[in-house]
Amino acid sequence: MSEKKQQVSRRQFLNYTLTGVGGFMAAGMLVPMLRMAVDPVLQPSTAGDYANVGLSVDDITDTPQRVDWKVDQVDGWYESKVSRSAWVFKDDKNEILALSPVCTHLGCVVSWEGSDNYPNEFFCPCHNGRYEKDGTNIPGTPPLAPLHVYDQKVENGILYLGDAKPR
Amino acid sequence: MLQKIYDWIDDRVDITPIWRDIADHEVPEHVNPAHHFSAFVYCFGGLTFFVVVIQILSGMFLTMYYVPDIENAWKSVYYLQTQVAHGQIVRGMHHWGASVVIVMLLLHTLRVFFQGAYKKPRELNWMVGVLLFFVMLGLGFTGYLLPWDNKAYFATQVGLEIAEQVPFIGDYLKTLLAGSDHIVGAQTLTRFFAIHVFFLPGALFALLAVHFILIRRQGISGPL
Repeated sequence: MSEKKQQVSRRQFLNYTLTGVGGFMAAGMLVPMLRMAVDPVLQPSTAGDYANVGLSVDDITDTPQRVDWKVDQVDGWYESKVSRSAWVFKDDKNEILALSPVCTHLGCVVSWEGSDNYPNEFFCPCHNGRYEKDGTNIPGTPPLAPLHVYDQKVENGILYLGDAKPR
Repeated sequence: MLQKIYDWIDDRVDITPIWRDIADHEVPEHVNPAHHFSAFVYCFGGLTFFVVVIQILSGMFLTMYYVPDIENAWKSVYYLQTQVAHGQIVRGMHHWGASVVIVMLLLHTLRVFFQGAYKKPRELNWMVGVLLFFVMLGLGFTGYLLPWDNKAYFATQVGLEIAEQVPFIGDYLKTLLAGSDHIVGAQTLTRFFAIHVFFLPGALFALLAVHFILIRRQGISGPL
């Protein structure tokens, strides 16, 4: 105290040291816990693999047909097969289009010409949601977005589908 | 005998002052339903706490049978509901209590609001109360998934999609809650269980402690 050069007192030094050491100890405990908790956020998405849906490209017509297939789903330590389905057809440009049947309103399942009153449209029975053949939602019906489209590729004349993505 | 045990302990650790601090204080007349029947509105906070205690106790006993695993969660709930003596009652207490606690909490909030009891110097306790409300909602949301039936699954699906709507961090928030970016499954159930049984009750106890200490420090607000 008497010396002017002494800028850090003994008490301050000990305080800093204790706080620093305590901080390191607290961080050493908390960092692994927090890293563990946020791990799912930092994992690369497991989605994205293509699956053989068991449909030959030659069998795809310009009328939407429903295809069902199973994909392997890995949920942490739990592996299972889950069902997927799609409405597959060839559009005006003769390109294959695979639409997700999940209504963008509240997640019910739509069907092609699901209502006799609305021919040539996808129809959702839950709240009368309707979509054009290309999946565009019809204004004035509940859905506010078009049907999602599956990523697709063709190998050896067989259709493979990936994830359904919004347009 | 009991007096002797009390005296033996009191002799050594002097617990009487602690006990007095916690419990030995007068209930003001305007808060006492025996004096003015309309004062029953002051009971809602205490009733909320009473139901919370029931929730904690019944929840503790439910975990003796419940397993947070997607293969067995529903089966364990079904078992304790149908095979275990009084299991139906204990789960019933937890199930209905979860709704009653929200009702009581809202009545308590309304009383504080309409009496203006949140005004200075009690603003801080109002804020703590609002946090308690959020913790309660979180407990309700996470507890709803645990039976792992259809209603639970799809309610959680909806809840997670609501969380996803939060600006900027929605996607991360959903993944953090669900334990996966696109699956509501095994990891979601264990997470919700952990949040329901450890994290939120921890926050609840801490906030309740602050809530009660503040009441004792500041006293109950005066008559209207």
